[in-house]
Amino acid sequence: MVSSIPGLGRVVPMASPDLKKGFTFYAACGWLALVVLCALGAGLWPLPFTLDQIDSEHLAAWPGGEHLLGTDAMGRDVLVRLLFGSRVSLIVGSCAPLLGLGVGLLLGMPAAWCSGWSERLIMTCTDVILAFPALIFLLVFASILGPSLITITLGLGLLLSPRFIRVVRANTARFRKSEFVLAARISGAGEGSILLKEVLPNIMGPLLAYSLVVTGYVIVVEGALAFLGLSVPSPAPSWGGMIAAGRDVLEEAPHVAIIPMATMFLTVLAVNLLGDRLRGRYERS
Amino acid sequence: MNGVDKQLLDIRDLTVELRDRRGPILPVDSVSFSLERGKTLAIVGESGSGKSMLCRAILGLVPSHGSILFNGHDTGKLSASEMNRIRGREIGVVLQNPLSSLNPVMTIASQIMEPMRCHLGLGARESREKALALMGAVGIPHPQERLSCYPHQLSGGMRQRVAIAIALACDPQLLIADEPTTALDVTVQSEILGLLSRLQQERNMSLILVSHDLGVVAGVADEIAVMYAGRIVELGPAGAIFERMRMRYTQALFDAIPRIDDPPHRRLPNIPDQPPDFAALPPGCRFAPRCASAGEICRNKYPPLVADGDERHSYACWFPCELKEAGR
Repeated sequence: MVSSIPGLGRVVPMASPDLKKGFTFYAACGWLALVVLCALGAGLWPLPFTLDQIDSEHLAAWPGGEHLLGTDAMGRDVLVRLLFGSRVSLIVGSCAPLLGLGVGLLLGMPAAWCSGWSERLIMTCTDVILAFPALIFLLVFASILGPSLITITLGLGLLLSPRFIRVVRANTARFRKSEFVLAARISGAGEGSILLKEVLPNIMGPLLAYSLVVTGYVIVVEGALAFLGLSVPSPAPSWGGMIAAGRDVLEEAPHVAIIPMATMFLTVLAVNLLGDRLRGRYERS
Repeated sequence: MNGVDKQLLDIRDLTVELRDRRGPILPVDSVSFSLERGKTLAIVGESGSGKSMLCRAILGLVPSHGSILFNGHDTGKLSASEMNRIRGREIGVVLQNPLSSLNPVMTIASQIMEPMRCHLGLGARESREKALALMGAVGIPHPQERLSCYPHQLSGGMRQRVAIAIALACDPQLLIADEPTTALDVTVQSEILGLLSRLQQERNMSLILVSHDLGVVAGVADEIAVMYAGRIVELGPAGAIFERMRMRYTQALFDAIPRIDDPPHRRLPNIPDQPPDFAALPPGCRFAPRCASAGEICRNKYPPLVADGDERHSYACWFPCELKEAGR
């Protein structure tokens, strides 16, 4: 009887929340896809020059001709260095926030769950690290371990952890008194499994959105640290290192600095656009 | 042996003590009752009379003293992990608001399957089949299509059915329904009550039905316990209570039930004032400040629970309703 009426008593597929995906969204996705592809394929493509090959006939050459994006002051091809340099930005930009997220989840969720000395200990450590000057921390860190990709990723990841701990704790605490958590406890679930199975899926969305915003920030910071010589040591290419090298020839060959700068600008912009999109989605629901 | 076996739950002098800023309060105070297998006990009382707290104390979720014998085991002596095994496996619970008691980011299927995988150790295929059967049993049409739905895609009544399916997942011996129909509209209410009562008979479970509405429980309860300010004030078989209610508070609750044969726009009698503050309870009968028949003794001395002829019917009142007064 009831089910003979069309649409009644049957499951009507819900339209996914209508997100107006405009041109900027697709442009951002496209650019990021391109950067990732370049980073992955940098070693595979038949490029006319190798990474450290010095073309002494074309020092600081303008774009066009033999060198598509010109050469730097030492006569190295800018395009090739840009492609290989993207690896540093992407690895640091993705691994440091992931490390921060991991530490944040590991410490932030228990901090939100058990009030008492363990929460106070975690939050005090968090506040101490937050108050510590980041640059000094990284200088000391790099001088102990020596500047390398792993050092910079670890250092930035550790610096980001307190922020993640705070975000995780705030998001987790919202669910402490929620009824489905009580329902899970009533049906005999232990606290660990409640955190993993009930709470974690609920906080993952906002956390991923936050991670994306942080990724943009980390790429810029890595660039700044490369400028100070705290990132991957030369001659290994990185966008920040290329910008730093371009400073010397800024007047006669501004493209040496501007091209990696523009690349970094667009990448960070794209990451931020995606992050905003994701954040808007979770704030609405 | 037989006598012990008949009782599923036996509670003696259960008291919950919580610390408030103003000192210790007792939201549940010396409550005793027992529940036979396959029977329904309704706990009735206003908001804040300690009904939900009593349920949580039975589940061991709030600190309490007194004895709770469940299935012959003293739950006070069980370890935390043994208690976890009882919760969800032997005792199922349905909470008031099915919107907030279901996890918004987990599918219906995974939420119904979770207790089976956790307590019974069933595999994915087995628990999925059992979840389908359960969804059918609680009256969810087209269960196959709804397995992968999220709670927000279902109506309130359907969500409460899902919550019932979760509570029944491990075939519990006792189902506690804490105001299961309060958040639902009236037509759905009676469907859910009918469903609970049918499932209870089919599965020979015991059912504790918590409600603030004496009218809601009238049709399904075998026994009724009326709670006021943390204490049981009248307890007995449903028939006996409706026939000859003695406690003035029960009478007041009864009068507040709207009748189908009332003239339109009749003002329902209400109970004046608010239930007492747990931190400042009156020294005598806790209902005395709101009771029209209260005398001097009511304000000074708490009335004991006394039997009313039939040994199973007891009440706590110094000036009980006369028999001809009860019932309209």
